Parts: sequence; structure tokens; C-alpha cells
Amino acid sequence: MGLSEPRKTPLYEKHVSLEARVVDFAGWWLPVQYAGILEEHHAVRNQAGLFDVSHMGEIRVKGPDAFGFLQKVLTNTLLGMKDGGVRYSPICYPSGGTVDDVLVYRLSDEEYWLVVNASNKDKDLAWIMENAAGLSVVITDESDETAEVALQGPNAAAILTEVADSGVTEIGYYEFVPQAKLAGMTVLVSRTGYTGEDGFEIYCRPAEAEKVWDELMKAGKPHGLQPTGLGCRDTLRFEASMPLYGHELSADISPMEAGLSRFVSFDKGAFNGKDVLLAQKEQGLKRKLVGFEMLDRGVARAGYPVLKNGNKIGHVTSGTVAPTIGKNLGMALVRSDIGPVGTEIDIEIREKPVRAKTISRPFYKRGK
Amino acid sequence: MQYPTDLKYSKEHEWVRFDGRRAVVGITSFAQSQLGDIVFVELPALGATITTGKRFSVVESVKAVSDIFAPIGGTVVEINESLNDAPEKVNQDPYGEGWIAVVEVAAGMEAEGLMDSEAYAAQVAKGGH
Repeated sequence: MGLSEPRKTPLYEKHVSLEARVVDFAGWWLPVQYAGILEEHHAVRNQAGLFDVSHMGEIRVKGPDAFGFLQKVLTNTLLGMKDGGVRYSPICYPSGGTVDDVLVYRLSDEEYWLVVNASNKDKDLAWIMENAAGLSVVITDESDETAEVALQGPNAAAILTEVADSGVTEIGYYEFVPQAKLAGMTVLVSRTGYTGEDGFEIYCRPAEAEKVWDELMKAGKPHGLQPTGLGCRDTLRFEASMPLYGHELSADISPMEAGLSRFVSFDKGAFNGKDVLLAQKEQGLKRKLVGFEMLDRGVARAGYPVLKNGNKIGHVTSGTVAPTIGKNLGMALVRSDIGPVGTEIDIEIREKPVRAKTISRPFYKRGK
Repeated sequence: MQYPTDLKYSKEHEWVRFDGRRAVVGITSFAQSQLGDIVFVELPALGATITTGKRFSVVESVKAVSDIFAPIGGTVVEINESLNDAPEKVNQDPYGEGWIAVVEVAAGMEAEGLMDSEAYAAQVAKGGH
């Protein structure tokens, strides 16, 4: 990312007209909040919110070797996936550290689409290209031709039904329709999200993003839909304990350490990082991710030291107020011998230890 | 954005209401709106000595941690403990219920460098910092 001016998504003018607070995020001008993070957070938990996530990167992988290639690059397996299925997977270095965590959309057994973090896109692309050397796959960066909005919340399906063809909202969790019709436009719709609620992610051409946004907002109004920004996207994913790259995952943190072993398939053959991850599984982890709740007053923040009996045992990866739960919570990467859930720890806040105790994750799980 | 004329303002976006030797301190309407939803206020200790320009409180919103610098020096004689349970008062009523502390101003630590309402409003209009 150099020092260049952040880029504008096709919905930038929309955010400005809605008086959003717009900030530079991963090289893009994106809205942090419109009405306020807490209000938007509760809107997504109780009704619905619409996010502009056009900064996300999209990479197409196509060719006779696509399946085998991705089996080597991803830690999760693509076995058992059907066309129209979506799967979450980390991507690892041979060291076991994490390159990125992505969604994989299967269009056919020879064609997949990866949705990657904006801040990692260039790095991902370079890494994927390097791994594809000599293989019969075509890798295309489609990020510039792809806009994305996320419609999230318990009312998401009711809203989408009003503007999309029938059938679109009948797809299951982690399924997608590659060519859905939405108000006359052709878009890709998946039942995915980063909030812990039911919801859909809608990918369209940048030129149509504004119309997609407007149609959804219009249909959503009676359902309590409101524009929602990156601020609540973070508190929502945090409550659902979904990892955020750069916090719970990094080149220095393996998926095993981040508690994502169910997205690591050891029986699929060779893949990048397998030896290290397998050793972590078999010999036990030195560090692991835990959840915690503040017992005394204070808000834990990423980077704060975690202490047990006065000794540093790790650091906070994410911490904030959890608006749905009404407590100050956090996630921390700590020594794995920390003890069982309920262990008392201290979070060092401005040089002072503040009491906390470990709790299980996720912090929030939707009903049904 | 409101900047009452009976208050003095620091360039770091704190306000001060002088009442003899006592000064009530809080953060401005501009500051709270920049921070967004405030979820935590770390109050200074009662009896603490604070120094102009040094951190004496911390205000945290959902996303941000913001140091509050003492706009005047002296001794903390009252703190707004209601903010422990209702930090959102700083958003809702920054010049009233959202006050942070009362300081007994030390001699020589008076309103040096503080602005009146008009000058502060001009600073904010210029870009805030």
C-alpha cells in the first residue's frame, strides 16, 4: 500500500451524502459509522444493516489444476463441496503462519472464486501466483470489477426477497447463487457474513453498486434497515468471535493457535504449513486464543499485555465493549497453560493491572 | 456544534468553567462527536494533583482511546462518579451532566493559553487541531 491517497468505493458519494464518518481503511475511504456504532450494532442484531464492503478483494482461480492447486494453498479442504457452495479457509505459509483467511466460492470443479481481505489482497495475489508456477490455472484479480455490499441481520431475508428473484433467499448458510437477479441486475448472492447474524453478501459490478444499495435500502426501510459502518462490523464480528486478520491471525499466528483447527484438514494430503500445524496439533500448542471478560472497570484493547500472577502470559488481540452482551470483553493470545475457563487474569491497562477472567467463545450466538 | 460563551477552551478540546478558584472541566461537544459513542471514562483520583497539559483522564469510545489533558493545574476536589455507570452522559450533555472533574486551581496555573468560545469555534472550523 504506498502513501497514495485512499481509493473510493463506488458507494463513496453515498456515504458522504449520508454524512458518514469516512476514514482511510486498508487504503480505501470507508464509512466507520453513520448514526453511531452502538445504534448500528443493535440494528444489525435486531433488524438489519447494509454495509459497503467493496474494498474486499476477489480473485478467480480457474483451470484443470484449480482444485489440486487450492488444496495445496488452503488449509481447509474443498472435498465435499458442491457448485454453489462457500467454504471458509485460512491460507498458510510453510511456517504455519497465516497469509490470510478467505472465503472460497465453488463455481465448478475447475473454477473457484476467493474473497480476501483488502489489506492482504496484493500479498495474497503474489503468494498465490508463486504457488501456481507451472500449474494449469489462470489467476485473475477481479477486485476492481467487483463491488460488494453485505445485508446483515434477522430481517435480511425478508428484505432481499422483495428485490431478488424467488429462490435467492432459499439458499442455505454458506451457499451462493452465481447469477441472481436483483432489480433487473445480475449479481452474485451468498448467504454469508461477518456479523454472527443471518445475512447475505451481494457482489455486483461497480457501476451497479449504487442501484443495488438504493433498491435494498428502499425495500429495507419498513424492516428497519439502516446503513451500517465498519465500526459496528468490528463489534459484531468480535461478539461472534470471528477472527480479524492482523489481530487474531497474522504471519506470526497459526490457525491452530487462533482456535481454527476445524478449518485445517490434515487428511487431504499435502498443503502449505501442514507439517508445522500437525506438530502443533500433536505436540500441543504453546499459545492459544482465549476469550475474557473484564471483572473490574476498564476496556481491554488490542496489544495490551495479559498477566497471570504478575507475569506476562500474552497479549490482547481484540477488545472492546460488547454491546449485545453489555460487558467489556476481549480475545487474547496467551500461553496455553493458562488454565481452564474461569481462570483469573489481569489486563494491563495504562500500566495498571485490571482484573479479568477467561470465558468461553463465541461471546454471542444467534438463536435457532 | 455549541460552544457556550461562559466557558474557556483548550486547543485539545477540553472546556473549563471557572467559579472563583474552582474550575469544572469536561470535553467539548466537538470532542465527543469526534469520539462517537463513549463507553468508558477513567476519572482522576480525588485529591490528585494535576498539571496543565498532562493527562488527567481518559475517555474511551467503542473504537478509540483518547487521553484528556488537564487544561489547568491544581487539585482534583470532585469527580463525576456518575460517569462510571453512564459514560454516555459525555455524549448527551458534554457541558452539563457530562462534566469530568472539579479542580481547585493552583496559584499560577490559571487560564493560560485558554481560548474563548469564538476563538475555539474558529479553531474547530479550521480543521480541529
